[in-house]
Amino acid sequence: MSEWQPRILAILCNWCSYAGADLAGVSRMQYPPSIRVVRIPCSGRVDPLFIMKSLQSGFDGVLVSGCHPGDCHYISGNYVARRKFAVLKPLLEFIGLEPNRVQFSWISAGEGDRFAKVVTKITEDIRELGPATRLVKKT
Amino acid sequence: MSSITIEKSASKGINDLLRHLLSTGKVDAVLAMRMMPDTGAWDLALVTDVKNLKELKPLAPVMTVNASQVLSNLSLSGKKIAAVLKPCELRAFVERVKREQGSLENLFTISHTCGGVFPLDLVAEGKVDRLLPKYEKVVSAGEIPSNIRDTCKACEHFIPMNADIMVSAAGECKPGEGCMIYLNSDKAREALSECTGEHGSAVLDSTSLEKLATARAREREKLFSSIEKDCSGLDGLVNIFGKCVGCHGCSRVCPICYCTLCDFESINFDYNLPYFEEHLARKGALRLPPDTMLFHMGRLTHMSFSCVGCGMCSDVCPVGIPVAAVFSRTGESTASIFDYLPGRDVTEEIPVMIFKEEEFPELG
Repeated sequence: MSEWQPRILAILCNWCSYAGADLAGVSRMQYPPSIRVVRIPCSGRVDPLFIMKSLQSGFDGVLVSGCHPGDCHYISGNYVARRKFAVLKPLLEFIGLEPNRVQFSWISAGEGDRFAKVVTKITEDIRELGPATRLVKKT
Repeated sequence: MSSITIEKSASKGINDLLRHLLSTGKVDAVLAMRMMPDTGAWDLALVTDVKNLKELKPLAPVMTVNASQVLSNLSLSGKKIAAVLKPCELRAFVERVKREQGSLENLFTISHTCGGVFPLDLVAEGKVDRLLPKYEKVVSAGEIPSNIRDTCKACEHFIPMNADIMVSAAGECKPGEGCMIYLNSDKAREALSECTGEHGSAVLDSTSLEKLATARAREREKLFSSIEKDCSGLDGLVNIFGKCVGCHGCSRVCPICYCTLCDFESINFDYNLPYFEEHLARKGALRLPPDTMLFHMGRLTHMSFSCVGCGMCSDVCPVGIPVAAVFSRTGESTASIFDYLPGRDVTEEIPVMIFKEEEFPELG
């Protein structure tokens, strides 16, 4: 059997991070094939519930990425997102989830290399942690 | 701070005060706990006729609903209402006002130092009357009664914050030694300027409540560490939340959960067959109703920072999930990030509705 590959949900904002991922692609940058991308209008649209639900559905990790603070297409969506993530963190800690399973980052449309680096890093972090078992039984 | 001393017990004193407010027309109605003399049944009552005031037991350690919920619409009716609220009910109401679910403008908020309330099953069994003398004795000694709600035992905010009128009822006030009434706002001073009793100026002596504060802090630590142990990891979570029958009772009685169109009762969580098929293909079996644990996690992320720890949710849970303990514990850690205390100040904004440009560098 081949080596276990982490499955990571990447929730990317339409204006910056998704375009950053696109740039990484057209620039032929290499990064692990561990992410499944969901494109959203703005990181402010992310209800922390989406993150809980994806972990419960069997994802090993979640990456949420939006525009850099100050660069939000909708002026302040990512500031609000940041507050919501700050609330989510202690909650994840409380239920015993390893903090590195859920990561946030700010990636602009011009940062294809940064996107590749972020994905490589979260994949390595989660590979180290192994499959997520705190919210779901792996069969 | 202005004060009035009435040479009666606290419960008689507060009834005098309500009578004064209603009979002089300072308020149109009074909202407080009531016990029906013939049946012994407890409820929250809105009283407009002075003759019905004698049925009220404003200081009784009973909370049939969190009064802040019913006060929302009443407070917008334009009528002047004197509402006797427990400290957590007042804090919850302040949180509701921040969410535009009520107004403090036409209210006289009356609150009291609180010894905790009895769980609803004791109330429903009609045991309150019998338990009351012992409760009063224990509370006036600055101790924690053993039969109150778990979250009440662990509540550190038993002194009301920002009530117009505050009555001393726990710890400081011994039966027969007179009832101390503190007036915190101009409208309270104006309305009660002619109330009988000795007018003076005094500040609540919090040193007499220190014993209770220490006991509560110890109890809080105990409750939190046990809930932390119980909730950690899959086994713990399944053990705690696996019992959930999905009735959503906890959210119905929650004073903070005000959304009439709750996401969890919307079509978003009304799954269709393909969703189940996908899940069943992986697992072979599926627990129904689905997402009972996600429901609790969702409520935690949506409003835990505003949880006042009233304990209604645990009380109505048909399967005995310690919802209130989980919310108090996580609420404390989520609110502390923003140095937020729910219900402390009506001008303090809800943490997830505002932001600073420079903060949380560790995120992203």
